[in-house]
Order: sequence, then structure tokens, then C-alpha cells
Amino acid sequence: MSKKAENKEGFFRSLLRQQIFIPLAALLILAVFNLIMDPGFFRINLGPNSAGNMVLSGYLITILDYGSELAILAIGMTLVTAASGGQDISVGAAMAIAGSVVLRVLCGTNSRPDTLQAPIIVAFLISCVAAMLFGAFNGILVAYFKIQPMVATLILFTAGRSIAAWINNNELPIISDPVFGYFGNFIPGIPVPTPFFIAVACMIVIFLVLKFTNLGLYTQAVGINADSSRLNGLNPAFIKFITFVILGLCVAVAGFIKVSRLSSINYSVIAKDIEMDAILAVALGGNALGGGKFNMPASILGAYVIQFLTTTLYKFNVQSDALPAYKAVVVIILVVLSAPSVREYLGRIGKKYAGTRKEAA
Amino acid sequence: MKEKSILEMRNITKTFPGVKALQGVDFTLCAGEIHALMGENGAGKSTLIKVLTGVYGKDGGEIYLKGIDGAVTIRSPQEAQKLGISTVYQEITLCPNLSVAENMYIGRGEGQLQNWKKMNRDADQILRSLDVPAQATQQLGSCSLAVQQMVAIARAVDMDCKVLILDEPTSSLDEQEVAKLFGLMRDLKARGVGIIFVTHFLDQVYEVCDKITVLRDGQLVGEYEIKDLPRVKLVSKMLGKELDDMSDIRSEEKEYEVKEGEVPVYEAEGLQSNSGIRPFNFYIKKGEVNGFTGLLGSGRSECVRAIFGADHVVSGSVKMKGKPVKITKPIDAMKNGIAYLPEDRKRDGIIGDLSVRDNIILALQVLKGFFKPFTRAEANKFADEYIKLLEIKTASADTPIKSLSGGNQQKVILARWLLTHPEYLILDEPTRGIDVGTKVDIQKLVLKLASEGMSVTFISSETDEMLRTCSRLVVMRDGKMVGELTGDQLTQSGIMNAIAGGEADE
Amino acid sequence: MKKRVLAAALALVMAGAMTMVPMSAKAEEGELIKVGIINNDPNESGYRTANDKDLQAMFNEENGYDASFAYSLKNDEQINAAQKFIQDDVDYLLLSAADTAGWDSVLQDAQDAGIHVILFDRTIDADESLYDASIVSDMAKEGETAVEWLKGQGLDEYKVIHIQGVMGSAAQQGRTGALTAAVEENDNWSLVTEQTAEWNAEKAQQIVQSVIDSGESFNVIYAENDDMAKGAVAALDKANISHGVGKDVIVMGFDCNKWALEELLAQNWNYDGQCNPFQASYINDIIQKLEAGEELEQKTIIMEEVGFDATTITQEDVDKYGI
Repeated sequence: MSKKAENKEGFFRSLLRQQIFIPLAALLILAVFNLIMDPGFFRINLGPNSAGNMVLSGYLITILDYGSELAILAIGMTLVTAASGGQDISVGAAMAIAGSVVLRVLCGTNSRPDTLQAPIIVAFLISCVAAMLFGAFNGILVAYFKIQPMVATLILFTAGRSIAAWINNNELPIISDPVFGYFGNFIPGIPVPTPFFIAVACMIVIFLVLKFTNLGLYTQAVGINADSSRLNGLNPAFIKFITFVILGLCVAVAGFIKVSRLSSINYSVIAKDIEMDAILAVALGGNALGGGKFNMPASILGAYVIQFLTTTLYKFNVQSDALPAYKAVVVIILVVLSAPSVREYLGRIGKKYAGTRKEAA
Repeated sequence: MKEKSILEMRNITKTFPGVKALQGVDFTLCAGEIHALMGENGAGKSTLIKVLTGVYGKDGGEIYLKGIDGAVTIRSPQEAQKLGISTVYQEITLCPNLSVAENMYIGRGEGQLQNWKKMNRDADQILRSLDVPAQATQQLGSCSLAVQQMVAIARAVDMDCKVLILDEPTSSLDEQEVAKLFGLMRDLKARGVGIIFVTHFLDQVYEVCDKITVLRDGQLVGEYEIKDLPRVKLVSKMLGKELDDMSDIRSEEKEYEVKEGEVPVYEAEGLQSNSGIRPFNFYIKKGEVNGFTGLLGSGRSECVRAIFGADHVVSGSVKMKGKPVKITKPIDAMKNGIAYLPEDRKRDGIIGDLSVRDNIILALQVLKGFFKPFTRAEANKFADEYIKLLEIKTASADTPIKSLSGGNQQKVILARWLLTHPEYLILDEPTRGIDVGTKVDIQKLVLKLASEGMSVTFISSETDEMLRTCSRLVVMRDGKMVGELTGDQLTQSGIMNAIAGGEADE
Repeated sequence: MKKRVLAAALALVMAGAMTMVPMSAKAEEGELIKVGIINNDPNESGYRTANDKDLQAMFNEENGYDASFAYSLKNDEQINAAQKFIQDDVDYLLLSAADTAGWDSVLQDAQDAGIHVILFDRTIDADESLYDASIVSDMAKEGETAVEWLKGQGLDEYKVIHIQGVMGSAAQQGRTGALTAAVEENDNWSLVTEQTAEWNAEKAQQIVQSVIDSGESFNVIYAENDDMAKGAVAALDKANISHGVGKDVIVMGFDCNKWALEELLAQNWNYDGQCNPFQASYINDIIQKLEAGEELEQKTIIMEEVGFDATTITQEDVDKYGI
């Protein structure tokens, strides 16, 4: 075997060991599948939209657009998973609340206002506060009352949509101001969907936070060994708590995009089942759902891979009520592959394979 | 087999990868006898018990039971039970949600539906006959721990057990409960049951036991009648130092100089935590190395945990260099220049999945603050510096700490705390489970640090290690600080007399 | 032992709470007609909200009723509520069942107790003799009306995106039936895609987005409710596909939400079919007849429902029919 080939193999093997390999591989499989079935999947057009702006369109743009909420949620969910070793299943319900708060502030008491009752930024900030409070509620249950995250967040999961409906007195407000729609669609003059920009902004923020604070180190340390972290001067409960608050902020941003898309809300179905997709994104990113080490870019990529899958399924006209079944298959594969016994087995096979190849050489 | 014995274990050998856990150990138990099995950690007590109860298979040797011709093979705890060998563990292994009677009859292998009334009646009868204060229909979880333990014993008795193993049964009981348990043990003894009693409480051994078998480093030290073995001798046998050849081995390595009349670096008065230790007073001066000594479970670790704020501190006042400070959680202690290397490295020390680098910088990073992370270059510099200084064997600073050997993990934790440049360093069993070379390295390092003015508290199960490093030893027994050894008292025999207590004081 | 006592106490409290619900709305006895109303959760949809409001406005003391309301989306909870109402000896039991099955025995009990049962909005699988009247929308007719209207548009080719409601629901089946028949009958009708969005606007948006991305052409969006039509339109807007009166794509919705009718008024949508949630006046008529001892002419009363065309709708229509 030549030296070059060996190097290549070394590179490939180190890539294999990288966490981001998992979502990358999934992305590759989906991309190849689409390429074979219909290369038109990758077509991107530039054309004017109804408001007369030049905008990009095509399946790939759709993925970037609709995957944004999920990517933003995945950021918070990754942190919660890392620190608490569990997941928040109330994000969909919390998004309904955040969206409901936005509309409530913008509409005041009139559900069909001709003019906005408050600046959009004010509504957004208030919804951030509200969502962070609900995140704090979950965080307190998990961190201080030591309830399992899934059980603790079950409360808000159950009650959240009713709370969202109550915030607007069961009315279904509709915002007519086109500016409000910019955040979920296009800003005039910019050909890329706004949600993607918002998601990128969130990614930059979390990147900076992880670089310029110890959030990453602390959450991982607490998730891996809370006892030990405490003896190193950390406050594990507070760190778990704070990850839930951060997730609350992510929920507010994602909820804002969601209500902006349609300029209205339907409490019972908005962001339905999105918690499962967000958790799946974390898992697809190769992060252990039991907490500990995490890889943020992998989670975010995982979110877009899931949207890639969803969009692909829509393209092939899979009944949308069957989508969860397909995602379940992905979950099963992931879970099985990450089980220690399977990994060990694969490791043995890999070694055997490498051995025979060496012999052959 | 001897006439009176009901159990004989001959020449038992058991090897784990890299460790000879048992090397040709003999053990004999007679009917109607309470037999203490003694030894420090790693002596092989629990391995012997597990071989006897079928948890581990043995590599060599034979086990004989009364009434059975030839050696028996015990492949599982169920088999052991069938042969009349029952074990009651420190942690209750019954089901607290079920009733007392259900617990007594569950999983006994009858396999058919129970007659509930009969079951309750039978259970009540046994409980009464053993004088256990519990009702058959009572939920087990509502009984005290002692009663739960007694129920476990009653269950064993009802299964016709001839050999009853009690593995640290008293560690979570208070004095009255212990007395009750002892009553039950004596009762069983009178019925001809042979009891193997594993404990680290010397007082209790001398209260109920007839014989003692001592193990050390997987080898049999000897079997003794209780009346022939005074406490101090027992301790010396456990620790492996015969009184006769205990010379004063205080080394000349001590170079530090403690100035008289100086204000202590750390001083505590009436300090008490919720971990079961009595309030204690303690101080340490600049450049001093002191130690806490005592048997396992004597409270030495609990004391230093209280100092560091690792356990919940309930009372007491603390001064650092004469100034009153409040230390209620680890971060308080760290800010006051205290560092603590915990006893249980795996549970309290390492952050397994994180890299060696992250593990080294963690404490200093926490001290520096949330918003001031070290740059990659700084972290690498620290890591490389200490990997070199302590000769940590690791593939790279990126390697997860969990893939390092025990000794190297310990060095990483040590590096973590040295990096914070503490004024007062607490080392709880820093040398446990690591090779001899590293042990000496750590001892030397401690002395070097002290000579540079650091105060160090050094805890070790190995007395010679303490003697080599400490100038003052605080003696702990049963959660109490019972004395202090300095100067000429610092000898093996002095230490043993002090930690054995009881008759040794006379 | 303690736990058992606690469990028993909890059970008692729960039983108490259950009896409390229907009783809490109980007013003073008098000539008031006692009705027990079992409905679906008003949060379920705009339709349901309007329906509940309509009932609340009719069945109150001002109109001579002593009404108790019970809400649930679950059949067994609804059946429990019905049993409670029977025990409370109501005069009329008004029921919008969550599920069609499982009502026989409880309705038999009601009949034995001399309680009149009136079904509204939804039918059930039970013998006709078990209830006095049933007031329903004819979903199939809603679909037929809409498809007839669509035929009348006289397009050369009908390329339809069909967005369905939750599969198996009465509304979905009724509204799908007519379209499916039309597509089979006419050669110039075809379905570009037929997908369920489960009444969900977001899903409808993604479905239409997917068709747009694929580059297939279409000129009709037949959405089985207003929410989904709204989602579809959001996707059209994004891709600059014009819709509404005289534009590229015909948009059709159902339910006559007020905001949807406003879209018609602005000619952004083309058609909206009514699904009449205002059953209270029909029920009131029946009760008054029964109280007066009159016979009912028919058991099943189908409500009048209309469809609106964007070119003819007026502000009055919006105010009158919008929910």
C-alpha cells in the first residue's frame, strides 16, 4: 500500500471518529438519494415574488427556510441535553405561548387591528421574557426539584397550548401589517428567506457565547459528573437551570418566526411535534441524549438534515401524517447504532476488515 | 472436615486481571459461632464472600459444607441459598414497596401462587420467634433500617440457612439499633447458625464475635480467638506491621520549618457537617503537613469534606489567617485558597469524558469566572506544563481523562489543584490504587510544596506514608476526633494504639 | 397502608370534583328548562369557538334555560359527563360526540329517565330511536356545492392541489368525495397532489411549497378548511404566484372564518364554503316544539349552508356569516 493511500485512510478514519460525521453521512445519503431520483431537487431559481422582489426558490432554499426554527431550537435543546441529561418536550407548547404573547402585544385587545398596538421589537422582547420564564419554570423543576426533564416538561407540554389560547382569550388574531410577515418570509430586496438569517444570527451568537464564556465547559462538566463539578466550585443546579432559560430564549425566537410566517396562530397545531424533531436533531448530531459532551455545529446540521428529510418526503408525496413513521425509522437506526454493544460489534468487524486488507496488501 | 465446623474454605484463589485478589486463603466457620472477617480495603474480604455466595467463580481451592460429601461448587447466589448460605448486605436488597411477608417469601423459587393468609401467618410466627418488631402485613419501607435488616435476616433464617453472612450490616444503624441487631445475632448463634460478620467497627467486633479471621492483600494473616487478640494487635495485623519490628521510620526528608506563634492558615472551631461526624476543632499552619488518621469509616474524609464545604456544613466557625470566613460550598473554599483532592477519584474527581486539558484547567477556570475563558493557547500551556511537571502519561492533552490509568488520572486531578496555587491543599487518599513509584513521587511533591510554604493535609490508609510526610496527625475514631499525635508519638505503634482505642488507651 | 388511605381519599376527591362540574352551573329551580350540553373543546378550532359562543348565547337564564356545559375531545370523558347529566335529571341532553361509537347504553339510560336527546354537529352510530333529533351539516353537500362552483369557472384545464383535513373525519370525507368524483368524471381535471395537512396551516404551506419547488403547474387550490388555505396562500405569496379573482390560481377554503371571508372580499381568495356552526337556534326550535307537545316532522335536520364567491360577496355577508 502506498504511503499516500495510508494517509488517505488515516484521514478517513479520523473523519469517521468525528462526531459531525453522523449528520454529514445522513445528509450525504439523502442528497445522493435525491440526486438519483430527481436531479431537479437541487435546482435553485431566482425570480420575482408577489411583492415584486427578486427571491431565490427551490427545494434547497425551502430546506434552509423551514429548517431554521428547528436549528434554533436545536441550539437550546443541545445545551439542555448536555447539562441535564434529559430533554425538554414542551418546546412546541412553549412556542405556542411565545407566539401568542407576540400577537397579544401587537394586537392589544382587538384581534384584528388595523394598526399595530406596539412596535414589533417590543412584542418580541416581551415574548422572550415570557418564554424564558416558562423555561425557568421547567429549569426549577429539573434542577432544584430534581424531577426528570421529560417528566418535568410534561407539565408544560400538556398545559402550554391552553395557556397560549388563554393569553388571547381564545381569539385567533391576525396581523395585517406586511412588515410583520418579513420575519417569516422575505425582506423586500433580499432574495434569501429571513428565517435563515435569523437562524444564522442565532448560530453566531451561540458561537460567540461558547467562545467567550465557559458555558460549554460548565454544561459538559455538569452533564458528565455533577458531583465532581460541584467540588470544582460549580453550581450544577444553577447551570442546569440556566440551560433551560437559554432554551426558553431559543423557543421565543423560533415561535416568533412561526407566527410571522402566517401572521396568525392556531394554538392547537402551531409547532406541533416540533419537540420530537428538535430532540432528533440533537441525536442526529451524534450527541449523547444522556448528557455530557456535545457538538453544537453537529446539532445544527442535524436540524437541517431533518428538514432535508421532511422536504424530501413531501416531494415524494408521502402522506404528511406518515412523516413521523419515517422519522421513527431514523431514530431507530440512530439508537441502535449508538448502543454500546452494536458499536463494539462494528468496531470488531472494522478491525477484522482492516486486518484482512492488510494481509492482502 | 473438623467435627464442629459447618463450612470450610480451603486454599481459595481468585485472580482478576492484574490483581491477585485471593491467594490460598483458608476460612473455617463453626456452628453457633460469630466470626469476624477483618481487613482493610482491598484485603479480599468481599471477594471471599462473593466466592462463597457464588457471585464470583473461584480459580482454585475447595469449599466443604457440613453434611455434604466432597467439595461443593457454588455457581450462583441462588445455589448458595439452596445450600443454606445467605447474605444480608449493607444496603437493603429487598423491595421497600412490598409488605414484610411478601419480602420474606418473594423469589424463593416455589414458583406457584402464594396462599396469602398462610404466608402472613407464617411470617408473623417467624418474626415473633426472632423477636423482630415488625408486622407481616406492614409495608417494608415503613420499617426502620434496622428492622428492615432484621427482616432480611429473618428471611434468611426461614430459608434454613446454616451460614449467615452479614456484610457491613451496622454502618447505617444507630447504637440502639445495633444493640437490637446484636441481640438477634446472639439468638441465632444459640440456634446453631454460623455467622460471618464483616465490619470495620472494632468495638462491635469485640462485643459480639467469637473468632476473627484477618486478611491482608489477598492473603490469610491468621485466625484468632477473640480473647487472644487485643485490639492493637488486630490493627497491626490488618495493617501488616508487627508491633515488634515497628521501628520509628520518620524520615529525614522533612525539610520544612514551621514557625512557632504564627497565626494558622486555616482554623476551624466546632465545625460539623451533616455526614455524621461530631463537631471538631482543627488548625493548620503555613508550611505544615498534617494528617487525619483512623480506620476506614472513622470520619477522616468527612472532616476534610466539611473543611472544603463539600458536605453540608451545619455549624462551626472558620478563620483563614485569623480572619473569619464563611465556607459553605466548595467555591467559597476555593476562593479562600483551599484545594481538595477527593477520596473517590471516579465519583468526585474526574470529569470522565472531558479531555486531560479541560480537567486540568477546570478549577482555575471556575475561579477565574464564567466570562473569562482561557484561550486555547493558555489552556494548552497550562496543560503541557503540568503534564511535564507531574510526568502524566497521556497520548495528548486532548485525550479524554477516562482513558488514562488510575495513577495518571490522579496526577491530572492533582495538577488541577496545583494550578490554582492554593495556600492549603487537602489530599484525601491521593495514593490509593496507584503504583509504588507514583506514590513516592506524590509524597516527595507534598514535602516540596510544604517547604515552599504550602499547608497540606494528607490522608492515607497507609500509616508509613503518613509518617513519612506528616508532622502532626489527628486521630479519628467513630466520627470523633479523639486525639492528636506529634513528635515522638509519631510511630507506627503510636498510631495503632490511637486508632484502635479501647483497651489500648489503658 | 398510608398510601392506600391517600389513594382512597384522592379517589373520593376526584369523584367529588366530577359531580361538581355539572352542578356548578346549576341555577335556581323554576320554570327554567334544564339542559346538559356536551361539546368538544372550544379551543379545537375557530369553528368550535363560534359554535360554543353561539350555544352559550342561546342557552342561558335570559332565554329560559338552566344550562350546564361539559367539554372534552375524548369520548369516554364525554360519556361520563352524559351519565352525570342523567343523574342530575336534566330535561334535555345536547350532544356533539367526539367519536361515533359507544353511545348506545348511555343514551338508553337517558331515554329510560325520560330525557330528550338532541345531537348537534356530529352524528353517532346508534339507533335512531335513541335520540329525538339530530342537527347536522351535510359535509358531502358542502363539497358538492364547492365543486359545482368550481366547474362553473369554466377553466380549460383543472390542475388541482387538494389539501385534506384529518383523514377519516366527517368533514374530510364529505369534502373530498365531491372532488374525487369530479376528477374521475372529467378528463380535463387532474390532481397535482392530494395530501393531508391535518387541518394544519404549516403543513399545508409545506405541501404547496413542495409542489412549487418541483416546478409542476397548477391552477386550483382546494383546501378543506380556511387554515390550510391560508397556509397554501402563504406559500404562493412566497413564490410570487398570483391568486384570487382573475389571477393564476383559484383558492378555495371552507368554514367561513371571518378573516377568510375578508380575503374573499379583497378578492385574494375565490371561494369559501360554509360549515354552519350556528345550531343553537335550530336546537331551540326543537326544544320549544317538544315543550309545546308538538311532533317533530323529521329526525335529521340539515342546516342551510351556502358557499361564497369572491365576486359576489358583500360586507353584510362577512358580518353575518363570518365566525
